[in-house]
Amino acid sequence: MIKIENLHKKYGKNKILTGVDLEIPEKGIFAILGPNGSGKTTMIKSILGMVVPEKGKIFVDGKPTHPNGLYRKNIDYLPQIANFPGNLGVKELIRMIKDLRGIKANEEELIQLFGLTPYLDKKLSNLSGGTKQKVNLVLAFMFDSPIIILDEPTSGLDPVAMLNLKKLIAKEKAKGKTILVTSHIMSFVEEISDEIVFLLEGKIYFKGTIQELREKTNEIDLEHAIANILTENNA
Amino acid sequence: MLKILKYSFYDLIRSRWSYVYLMFYLLLGFVLLFLNNDLSKAVITLMNVIIILVPLIGTIFGVMYYYNSKEFTELLLAQPIKRSSIFIGQYLGVALSLVMSLVIGLGLPFALYGLFESSAIWDFTMLLVTGAMLTLIFTALAFNIALYNENKIKGFSYAILLWLFLAVIYDGLFLLSLIIFETYPLDKFTLIATVFNPIDLSRILILLKLDISALLGYTGAIFNQFLGTSLGLLSALGMLTLWVILPVWNIKRKAQKKDF
Repeated sequence: MIKIENLHKKYGKNKILTGVDLEIPEKGIFAILGPNGSGKTTMIKSILGMVVPEKGKIFVDGKPTHPNGLYRKNIDYLPQIANFPGNLGVKELIRMIKDLRGIKANEEELIQLFGLTPYLDKKLSNLSGGTKQKVNLVLAFMFDSPIIILDEPTSGLDPVAMLNLKKLIAKEKAKGKTILVTSHIMSFVEEISDEIVFLLEGKIYFKGTIQELREKTNEIDLEHAIANILTENNA
Repeated sequence: MLKILKYSFYDLIRSRWSYVYLMFYLLLGFVLLFLNNDLSKAVITLMNVIIILVPLIGTIFGVMYYYNSKEFTELLLAQPIKRSSIFIGQYLGVALSLVMSLVIGLGLPFALYGLFESSAIWDFTMLLVTGAMLTLIFTALAFNIALYNENKIKGFSYAILLWLFLAVIYDGLFLLSLIIFETYPLDKFTLIATVFNPIDLSRILILLKLDISALLGYTGAIFNQFLGTSLGLLSALGMLTLWVILPVWNIKRKAQKKDF
Protein backbone atom coordinates (compact mmCIF):
# COMPACT_ATOMS: atom_id res chain seq x y z
CA MET A 1 0.00 0.00 0.00
CA ILE A 2 2.77 2.42 0.93
CA LYS A 3 6.29 1.77 -0.21
CA ILE A 4 9.35 3.91 0.48
CA GLU A 5 12.60 3.41 -1.37
CA ASN A 6 15.92 4.87 -0.30
CA LEU A 7 14.48 8.07 1.13
CA HIS A 8 16.95 10.86 1.95
CA LYS A 9 16.15 14.21 3.48
CA LYS A 10 18.22 16.90 5.12
CA TYR A 11 17.42 20.36 6.42
CA GLY A 12 20.45 22.46 5.72
CA LYS A 13 23.35 20.41 7.07
CA ASN A 14 21.14 18.45 9.42
CA LYS A 15 20.59 15.01 7.92
CA ILE A 16 17.24 13.66 9.06
CA LEU A 17 16.62 10.64 6.87
CA THR A 18 19.54 8.71 5.39
CA GLY A 19 18.14 5.96 3.23
CA VAL A 20 14.83 4.73 4.54
CA ASP A 21 13.40 1.62 2.89
CA LEU A 22 10.00 0.61 4.10
CA GLU A 23 7.07 -1.37 2.87
CA ILE A 24 3.74 -1.06 4.60
CA PRO A 25 1.29 -3.69 3.42
CA GLU A 26 -2.44 -3.27 3.25
CA LYS A 27 -4.55 -3.44 6.39
CA GLY A 28 -3.39 -3.08 9.95
CA ILE A 29 -1.96 -0.54 12.34
CA PHE A 30 1.69 0.36 12.06
CA ALA A 31 3.40 2.36 14.74
CA ILE A 32 6.40 4.45 13.82
CA LEU A 33 8.64 4.85 16.83
CA GLY A 34 11.92 6.53 17.48
CA PRO A 35 13.58 9.08 19.74
CA ASN A 36 12.88 12.79 19.36
CA GLY A 37 14.28 14.13 16.13
CA SER A 38 14.64 10.70 14.54
CA GLY A 39 12.65 11.77 11.50
CA LYS A 40 9.21 10.28 12.16
CA THR A 41 7.35 13.42 11.21
CA THR A 42 9.65 14.07 8.26
CA MET A 43 8.94 10.58 6.96
CA ILE A 44 5.21 11.07 7.33
CA LYS A 45 5.35 14.45 5.67
CA SER A 46 7.34 12.95 2.81
CA ILE A 47 4.61 10.40 2.25
CA LEU A 48 2.13 13.25 2.17
CA GLY A 49 4.30 15.30 -0.15
CA MET A 50 4.56 18.19 2.30
CA VAL A 51 8.29 17.70 2.48
CA VAL A 52 10.25 17.34 -0.74
CA PRO A 53 12.91 14.62 -0.31
CA GLU A 54 16.39 14.90 -1.86
CA LYS A 55 16.45 11.33 -3.00
CA GLY A 56 14.21 8.32 -3.01
CA LYS A 57 10.82 7.22 -4.20
CA ILE A 58 7.50 6.84 -2.49
CA PHE A 59 4.67 4.72 -3.80
CA VAL A 60 1.10 4.95 -2.58
CA ASP A 61 -1.24 2.26 -3.87
CA GLY A 62 1.51 1.04 -6.18
CA LYS A 63 1.85 4.38 -7.95
CA PRO A 64 4.71 6.82 -7.41
CA THR A 65 3.54 9.94 -5.61
CA HIS A 66 2.94 12.84 -7.98
CA PRO A 67 3.88 16.41 -7.00
CA ASN A 68 0.34 17.56 -7.79
CA GLY A 69 -0.70 15.84 -4.56
CA LEU A 70 -3.97 14.47 -5.87
CA TYR A 71 -3.12 11.02 -4.47
CA ARG A 72 -3.76 12.58 -1.06
CA LYS A 73 -7.46 12.03 -1.61
CA ASN A 74 -6.81 8.48 -0.40
CA ILE A 75 -5.06 9.66 2.76
CA ASP A 76 -6.45 11.15 5.96
CA TYR A 77 -3.84 12.99 7.97
CA LEU A 78 -3.73 14.16 11.55
CA PRO A 79 -0.95 16.72 11.96
CA GLN A 80 1.12 16.72 15.13
CA ILE A 81 0.45 20.32 16.03
CA ALA A 82 -3.14 21.40 15.60
CA ASN A 83 -2.67 24.74 13.87
CA PHE A 84 -5.88 26.21 12.58
CA PRO A 85 -6.84 29.57 11.18
CA GLY A 86 -7.86 31.34 14.39
CA ASN A 87 -10.61 33.53 13.00
CA LEU A 88 -12.74 30.60 11.86
CA GLY A 89 -15.36 28.79 13.91
CA VAL A 90 -15.22 25.02 14.40
CA LYS A 91 -18.28 24.44 12.24
CA GLU A 92 -16.97 26.73 9.51
CA LEU A 93 -13.64 24.95 9.44
CA ILE A 94 -15.26 21.54 9.11
CA ARG A 95 -17.56 22.79 6.37
CA MET A 96 -14.64 24.35 4.53
CA ILE A 97 -12.52 21.21 4.55
CA LYS A 98 -15.51 19.20 3.37
CA ASP A 99 -16.08 21.67 0.57
CA LEU A 100 -12.41 21.56 -0.45
CA ARG A 101 -12.39 17.79 -0.63
CA GLY A 102 -15.77 17.68 -2.25
CA ILE A 103 -16.72 14.29 -0.84
CA LYS A 104 -19.18 13.29 1.84
CA ALA A 105 -18.10 13.03 5.43
CA ASN A 106 -19.54 11.68 8.67
CA GLU A 107 -18.52 14.53 10.94
CA GLU A 108 -21.75 14.43 13.01
CA GLU A 109 -20.92 11.10 14.57
CA LEU A 110 -17.41 12.22 15.48
CA ILE A 111 -18.59 15.52 16.95
CA GLN A 112 -20.92 13.52 19.19
CA LEU A 113 -18.17 11.06 20.09
CA PHE A 114 -15.75 13.74 21.26
CA GLY A 115 -18.45 15.94 22.79
CA LEU A 116 -17.68 18.94 20.60
CA THR A 117 -21.26 20.15 20.17
CA PRO A 118 -20.95 23.07 22.65
CA TYR A 119 -17.85 24.33 20.81
CA LEU A 120 -19.21 24.31 17.28
CA ASP A 121 -19.72 28.06 17.06
CA LYS A 122 -16.64 29.03 19.04
CA LYS A 123 -13.60 30.45 17.30
CA LEU A 124 -10.65 28.11 17.03
CA SER A 125 -8.29 30.60 18.65
CA ASN A 126 -10.39 30.42 21.85
CA LEU A 127 -10.23 26.64 22.24
CA SER A 128 -7.98 24.78 24.68
CA GLY A 129 -5.19 22.55 23.41
CA GLY A 130 -7.12 19.34 24.09
CA THR A 131 -10.27 20.61 22.40
CA LYS A 132 -8.26 21.69 19.38
CA GLN A 133 -6.82 18.21 19.21
CA LYS A 134 -10.36 16.79 19.21
CA VAL A 135 -11.27 19.06 16.31
CA ASN A 136 -8.10 17.86 14.65
CA LEU A 137 -9.25 14.26 15.14
CA VAL A 138 -12.68 14.99 13.69
CA LEU A 139 -11.07 16.49 10.58
CA ALA A 140 -8.77 13.50 10.20
CA PHE A 141 -11.39 10.80 10.68
CA MET A 142 -14.42 12.28 8.98
CA PHE A 143 -13.48 11.08 5.51
CA ASP A 144 -13.53 7.42 4.69
CA SER A 145 -10.07 7.16 3.11
CA PRO A 146 -8.23 3.82 2.92
CA ILE A 147 -5.06 5.23 4.50
CA ILE A 148 -4.96 7.11 7.79
CA ILE A 149 -1.81 8.79 9.09
CA LEU A 150 -1.82 9.95 12.70
CA ASP A 151 1.06 12.01 14.06
CA GLU A 152 0.92 11.96 17.87
CA PRO A 153 -2.86 11.51 18.09
CA THR A 154 -2.90 11.30 21.88
CA SER A 155 -1.34 14.66 22.68
CA GLY A 156 -3.44 16.69 25.09
CA LEU A 157 -6.36 14.26 25.27
CA ASP A 158 -8.18 13.47 28.49
CA PRO A 159 -8.72 9.80 29.46
CA VAL A 160 -12.26 9.69 28.09
CA ALA A 161 -11.21 11.08 24.74
CA MET A 162 -8.29 8.68 24.74
CA LEU A 163 -10.62 5.71 25.16
CA ASN A 164 -12.83 7.03 22.38
CA LEU A 165 -9.82 7.45 20.16
CA LYS A 166 -8.77 3.84 20.72
CA LYS A 167 -12.28 2.67 19.90
CA LEU A 168 -12.28 4.79 16.80
CA ILE A 169 -8.95 3.42 15.61
CA ALA A 170 -10.12 -0.14 16.23
CA LYS A 171 -13.27 0.56 14.23
CA GLU A 172 -11.31 1.94 11.28
CA LYS A 173 -8.97 -1.02 11.41
CA ALA A 174 -11.93 -3.38 11.24
CA LYS A 175 -12.89 -1.70 7.98
CA GLY A 176 -9.59 -2.95 6.55
CA LYS A 177 -7.72 0.35 6.49
CA THR A 178 -4.01 1.00 6.70
CA ILE A 179 -3.22 3.15 9.71
CA LEU A 180 0.16 4.73 10.42
CA VAL A 181 0.65 6.10 13.88
CA THR A 182 3.45 7.82 15.77
CA SER A 183 3.37 8.13 19.52
CA HIS A 184 5.62 8.40 22.52
CA ILE A 185 3.12 6.71 24.79
CA MET A 186 4.24 3.11 24.76
CA SER A 187 1.16 1.64 26.43
CA PHE A 188 -0.94 3.17 23.67
CA VAL A 189 1.32 1.76 20.97
CA GLU A 190 1.37 -1.65 22.62
CA GLU A 191 -2.39 -1.71 22.84
CA ILE A 192 -3.28 -0.75 19.30
CA SER A 193 -0.48 -1.59 16.92
CA ASP A 194 0.03 -4.74 14.90
CA GLU A 195 3.53 -3.96 13.84
CA ILE A 196 6.14 -1.39 14.75
CA VAL A 197 8.80 0.39 12.77
CA PHE A 198 11.68 1.82 14.73
CA LEU A 199 13.54 4.76 13.26
CA LEU A 200 17.01 5.55 14.51
CA GLU A 201 19.54 8.00 13.11
CA GLY A 202 17.64 8.40 9.88
CA LYS A 203 17.31 4.71 9.10
CA ILE A 204 14.90 1.90 9.89
CA TYR A 205 16.47 0.11 12.82
CA PHE A 206 13.78 -2.46 13.38
CA LYS A 207 10.58 -3.56 11.71
CA GLY A 208 8.36 -6.31 13.02
CA THR A 209 5.82 -7.21 15.65
CA ILE A 210 6.11 -6.17 19.27
CA GLN A 211 6.70 -9.82 20.15
CA GLU A 212 9.72 -9.93 17.85
CA LEU A 213 11.11 -6.77 19.41
CA ARG A 214 10.73 -8.25 22.87
CA GLU A 215 12.62 -11.35 21.82
CA LYS A 216 15.33 -9.36 20.14
CA THR A 217 15.96 -7.22 23.20
CA ASN A 218 15.17 -9.81 25.89
CA GLU A 219 12.83 -7.37 27.61
CA ILE A 220 9.29 -8.07 28.69
CA ASP A 221 7.61 -4.74 28.16
CA LEU A 222 7.85 -2.43 25.19
CA GLU A 223 9.04 0.60 27.09
CA HIS A 224 12.09 -1.24 28.36
CA ALA A 225 12.70 -2.81 24.98
CA ILE A 226 12.83 0.62 23.36
CA ALA A 227 15.02 1.98 26.13
CA ASN A 228 17.28 -1.02 25.62
CA ILE A 229 17.75 -0.18 21.94
CA LEU A 230 18.51 3.43 22.70
CA THR A 231 21.02 2.82 25.47
CA GLU A 232 22.69 0.03 23.55
CA ASN A 233 23.14 2.33 20.61
CA ASN A 234 24.51 5.14 22.67
CA ALA A 235 26.89 2.92 24.55
CA MET B 1 -7.77 26.97 -7.09
CA LEU B 2 -11.08 28.83 -7.30
CA LYS B 3 -12.16 27.41 -3.96
CA ILE B 4 -8.97 28.61 -2.29
CA LEU B 5 -9.42 31.99 -3.93
CA LYS B 6 -12.97 32.12 -2.66
CA TYR B 7 -12.00 31.38 0.94
CA SER B 8 -9.07 33.79 0.96
CA PHE B 9 -11.23 36.46 -0.59
CA TYR B 10 -14.04 36.01 1.94
CA ASP B 11 -11.54 35.90 4.75
CA LEU B 12 -10.10 39.26 3.67
CA ILE B 13 -13.46 40.85 3.00
CA ARG B 14 -14.33 40.17 6.60
CA SER B 15 -11.14 41.83 7.80
CA ARG B 16 -11.27 45.31 9.21
CA TRP B 17 -8.30 46.50 7.20
CA SER B 18 -10.01 46.00 3.86
CA TYR B 19 -12.66 48.46 5.00
CA VAL B 20 -10.13 50.96 6.26
CA TYR B 21 -8.46 50.80 2.87
CA LEU B 22 -11.77 51.19 1.06
CA MET B 23 -12.85 54.09 3.28
CA PHE B 24 -9.57 55.83 2.63
CA TYR B 25 -10.12 55.78 -1.12
CA LEU B 26 -13.74 56.83 -0.78
CA LEU B 27 -12.73 59.77 1.35
CA LEU B 28 -9.86 60.70 -0.94
CA GLY B 29 -12.07 60.50 -4.01
CA PHE B 30 -14.85 62.61 -2.55
CA VAL B 31 -12.54 65.22 -1.09
CA LEU B 32 -10.53 65.60 -4.28
CA LEU B 33 -13.55 65.85 -6.55
CA PHE B 34 -16.07 67.82 -4.58
CA LEU B 35 -13.69 70.27 -2.95
CA ASN B 36 -11.43 70.73 -5.91
CA ASN B 37 -13.97 70.56 -8.71
CA ASP B 38 -11.41 69.90 -11.41
CA LEU B 39 -11.40 66.40 -12.84
CA SER B 40 -8.03 66.37 -14.56
CA LYS B 41 -6.30 67.88 -11.53
CA ALA B 42 -7.96 65.27 -9.36
CA VAL B 43 -6.67 62.53 -11.64
CA ILE B 44 -3.11 63.82 -11.34
CA THR B 45 -3.29 64.07 -7.57
CA LEU B 46 -4.75 60.59 -7.43
CA MET B 47 -1.95 59.33 -9.61
CA ASN B 48 0.63 60.60 -7.17
CA VAL B 49 -1.18 58.95 -4.28
CA ILE B 50 -1.80 55.66 -6.08
CA ILE B 51 1.73 55.32 -7.29
CA ILE B 52 3.16 55.48 -3.78
CA LEU B 53 0.36 54.06 -1.68
CA VAL B 54 -0.82 51.10 -3.74
CA PRO B 55 2.61 49.41 -3.76
CA LEU B 56 2.96 49.96 -0.01
CA ILE B 57 -0.44 48.47 0.80
CA GLY B 58 0.12 45.63 -1.65
CA THR B 59 3.44 44.63 -0.07
CA ILE B 60 2.22 44.91 3.51
CA PHE B 61 -1.05 43.06 2.94
CA GLY B 62 0.80 40.43 0.93
CA VAL B 63 3.36 39.52 3.59
CA MET B 64 0.86 39.91 6.40
CA TYR B 65 -1.62 37.59 4.77
CA TYR B 66 1.00 34.97 3.97
CA TYR B 67 2.33 34.82 7.52
CA ASN B 68 -1.11 34.98 9.12
CA SER B 69 -2.50 32.18 7.03
CA LYS B 70 0.39 29.82 7.66
CA GLU B 71 -1.75 27.43 9.68
CA PHE B 72 -4.43 27.45 7.05
CA THR B 73 -1.82 26.72 4.39
CA GLU B 74 -0.47 23.76 6.35
CA LEU B 75 -3.96 22.39 6.65
CA LEU B 76 -4.49 22.75 2.92
CA LEU B 77 -1.18 21.12 2.06
CA ALA B 78 -2.39 17.81 3.47
CA GLN B 79 -5.49 17.92 1.29
CA PRO B 80 -5.60 16.64 -2.28
CA ILE B 81 -4.95 20.08 -3.73
CA LYS B 82 -2.08 21.15 -5.95
CA ARG B 83 0.49 23.33 -4.25
CA SER B 84 0.39 25.88 -7.01
CA SER B 85 -3.41 26.14 -6.60
CA ILE B 86 -3.01 26.85 -2.90
CA PHE B 87 -0.48 29.64 -3.28
CA ILE B 88 -1.76 31.21 -6.47
CA GLY B 89 -5.28 31.03 -5.05
CA GLN B 90 -4.24 32.84 -1.89
CA TYR B 91 -2.27 35.38 -3.87
CA LEU B 92 -5.22 36.16 -6.11
CA GLY B 93 -7.50 36.35 -3.08
CA VAL B 94 -5.35 39.08 -1.54
CA ALA B 95 -4.62 40.95 -4.76
CA LEU B 96 -8.19 40.91 -6.03
CA SER B 97 -9.69 42.06 -2.75
CA LEU B 98 -7.24 45.00 -2.76
CA VAL B 99 -8.07 45.79 -6.37
CA MET B 100 -11.74 45.71 -5.46
CA SER B 101 -11.23 48.22 -2.64
CA LEU B 102 -9.40 50.47 -5.07
CA VAL B 103 -11.94 50.26 -7.85
CA ILE B 104 -14.98 50.72 -5.61
CA GLY B 105 -13.29 53.32 -3.41
CA LEU B 106 -12.33 55.54 -6.31
CA GLY B 107 -14.99 54.52 -8.77
CA LEU B 108 -17.92 55.45 -6.55
CA PRO B 109 -17.06 59.13 -6.01
CA PHE B 110 -16.08 59.54 -9.65
CA ALA B 111 -19.28 57.94 -10.87
CA LEU B 112 -21.32 60.19 -8.61
CA TYR B 113 -19.43 63.20 -9.88
CA GLY B 114 -20.58 62.40 -13.38
CA LEU B 115 -17.51 60.76 -14.79
CA PHE B 116 -19.41 58.86 -17.44
CA GLU B 117 -20.44 62.02 -19.22
CA SER B 118 -16.96 63.52 -19.15
CA SER B 119 -14.07 62.98 -21.51
CA ALA B 120 -11.77 62.10 -18.62
CA ILE B 121 -13.20 58.61 -18.39
CA TRP B 122 -10.27 57.03 -20.23
CA ASP B 123 -7.72 58.86 -18.11
CA PHE B 124 -9.52 57.60 -15.08
CA THR B 125 -9.72 54.05 -16.43
CA MET B 126 -5.99 54.14 -17.07
CA LEU B 127 -5.48 55.22 -13.48
CA LEU B 128 -7.46 52.24 -12.20
CA VAL B 129 -5.70 49.84 -14.57
CA THR B 130 -2.31 50.99 -13.36
CA GLY B 131 -3.46 50.80 -9.75
CA ALA B 132 -4.66 47.24 -10.32
CA MET B 133 -1.40 46.31 -12.03
CA LEU B 134 0.66 47.76 -9.20
CA THR B 135 -1.42 45.82 -6.67
CA LEU B 136 -0.88 42.58 -8.59
CA ILE B 137 2.85 43.26 -8.91
CA PHE B 138 3.57 44.22 -5.33
CA THR B 139 1.40 41.54 -3.76
CA ALA B 140 3.25 38.98 -5.88
CA LEU B 141 6.60 40.39 -4.83
CA ALA B 142 5.47 40.27 -1.20
CA PHE B 143 4.47 36.61 -1.54
CA ASN B 144 7.90 35.89 -3.00
CA ILE B 145 9.62 37.55 -0.06
CA ALA B 146 7.45 35.67 2.43
CA LEU B 147 8.07 32.32 0.71
CA TYR B 148 11.82 32.79 0.95
CA ASN B 149 11.79 33.95 4.57
CA GLU B 150 10.49 31.77 7.37
CA ASN B 151 11.17 34.56 9.83
CA LYS B 152 8.27 36.99 9.97
CA ILE B 153 10.26 40.02 11.07
CA LYS B 154 12.84 39.50 8.36
CA GLY B 155 10.10 39.08 5.76
CA PHE B 156 8.40 42.28 6.84
CA SER B 157 11.65 44.23 6.81
CA TYR B 158 12.55 43.03 3.33
CA ALA B 159 9.08 43.91 2.08
CA ILE B 160 9.27 47.45 3.46
CA LEU B 161 12.79 47.85 2.12
CA LEU B 162 11.66 46.74 -1.31
CA TRP B 163 8.90 49.30 -1.32
CA LEU B 164 11.18 52.02 -0.03
CA PHE B 165 13.76 51.17 -2.65
CA LEU B 166 11.39 51.17 -5.61
CA ALA B 167 9.26 54.10 -4.48
CA VAL B 168 11.92 56.46 -3.19
CA ILE B 169 15.55 55.37 -3.36
CA TYR B 170 15.48 54.16 -6.95
CA ASP B 171 14.50 57.58 -8.26
CA GLY B 172 17.15 59.22 -6.13
CA LEU B 173 19.88 56.96 -7.44
CA PHE B 174 18.54 57.41 -10.91
CA LEU B 175 18.67 61.19 -10.75
CA LEU B 176 22.08 61.07 -9.15
CA SER B 177 23.44 58.94 -11.96
CA LEU B 178 21.93 61.28 -14.52
CA ILE B 179 23.75 64.20 -12.93
CA ILE B 180 27.05 62.37 -12.56
CA PHE B 181 27.07 61.05 -16.13
CA GLU B 182 25.47 64.07 -17.74
CA THR B 183 28.21 64.35 -20.35
CA TYR B 184 27.31 60.92 -21.76
CA PRO B 185 24.31 60.05 -23.91
CA LEU B 186 21.84 58.69 -21.41
CA ASP B 187 18.74 57.99 -23.47
CA LYS B 188 19.06 54.24 -23.54
CA PHE B 189 20.18 53.99 -19.94
CA THR B 190 17.15 56.00 -18.89
CA LEU B 191 14.82 53.87 -20.89
CA ILE B 192 16.19 50.66 -19.45
CA ALA B 193 16.35 51.96 -15.89
CA THR B 194 12.69 52.90 -16.08
CA VAL B 195 11.65 49.47 -17.23
CA PHE B 196 13.22 47.94 -14.12
CA ASN B 197 10.97 49.89 -11.79
CA PRO B 198 7.23 49.21 -12.01
CA ILE B 199 6.44 52.42 -10.13
CA ASP B 200 8.28 54.55 -12.69
CA LEU B 201 6.65 52.59 -15.47
CA SER B 202 3.20 53.27 -14.07
CA ARG B 203 3.88 56.95 -13.69
CA ILE B 204 4.95 57.21 -17.31
CA LEU B 205 1.99 55.18 -18.43
CA ILE B 206 -0.47 57.57 -16.81
CA LEU B 207 1.37 60.68 -17.90
CA LEU B 208 1.55 59.47 -21.49
CA LYS B 209 -2.17 58.92 -21.37
CA LEU B 210 -2.82 62.32 -19.89
CA ASP B 211 -0.46 63.81 -22.45
CA ILE B 212 0.91 66.48 -20.14
CA SER B 213 4.32 67.06 -21.60
CA ALA B 214 5.35 69.42 -18.83
CA LEU B 215 4.93 66.68 -16.28
CA LEU B 216 6.47 63.92 -18.33
CA GLY B 217 9.94 64.58 -17.02
CA TYR B 218 13.07 63.26 -18.63
CA THR B 219 12.13 59.58 -18.76
CA GLY B 220 8.66 60.31 -20.00
CA ALA B 221 10.01 62.60 -22.70
CA ILE B 222 12.36 59.88 -23.83
CA PHE B 223 9.58 57.34 -23.86
CA ASN B 224 7.53 59.71 -25.91
CA GLN B 225 10.37 60.51 -28.27
CA PHE B 226 11.43 56.90 -28.73
CA LEU B 227 8.11 55.24 -29.03
CA GLY B 228 5.50 57.88 -29.62
CA THR B 229 2.47 58.09 -27.42
CA SER B 230 0.52 55.01 -28.43
CA LEU B 231 3.47 52.67 -28.88
CA GLY B 232 4.94 53.96 -25.63
CA LEU B 233 1.67 53.26 -23.91
CA LEU B 234 1.52 49.73 -25.23
CA SER B 235 5.11 48.86 -24.42
CA ALA B 236 4.83 50.28 -20.90
CA LEU B 237 1.68 48.25 -20.35
CA GLY B 238 3.45 45.18 -21.75
CA MET B 239 6.35 45.66 -19.36
CA LEU B 240 3.97 45.99 -16.42
CA THR B 241 2.30 42.75 -17.44
CA LEU B 242 5.71 41.11 -17.47
CA TRP B 243 6.24 42.48 -13.97
CA VAL B 244 3.12 40.59 -12.89
CA ILE B 245 3.88 37.35 -14.72
CA LEU B 246 7.46 36.86 -13.56
CA PRO B 247 6.88 37.07 -9.78
CA VAL B 248 3.72 34.95 -10.03
CA TRP B 249 5.64 32.35 -11.97
CA ASN B 250 8.31 32.38 -9.26
CA ILE B 251 5.68 31.91 -6.52
CA LYS B 252 4.64 28.76 -8.34
CA ARG B 253 8.22 27.57 -8.78
CA LYS B 254 9.29 28.22 -5.19
CA ALA B 255 6.11 26.77 -3.67
CA GLN B 256 6.77 23.54 -5.55
CA LYS B 257 10.14 23.06 -3.83
CA LYS B 258 9.44 24.25 -0.31
CA ASP B 259 9.19 22.00 2.77
CA PHE B 260 6.36 22.51 5.24
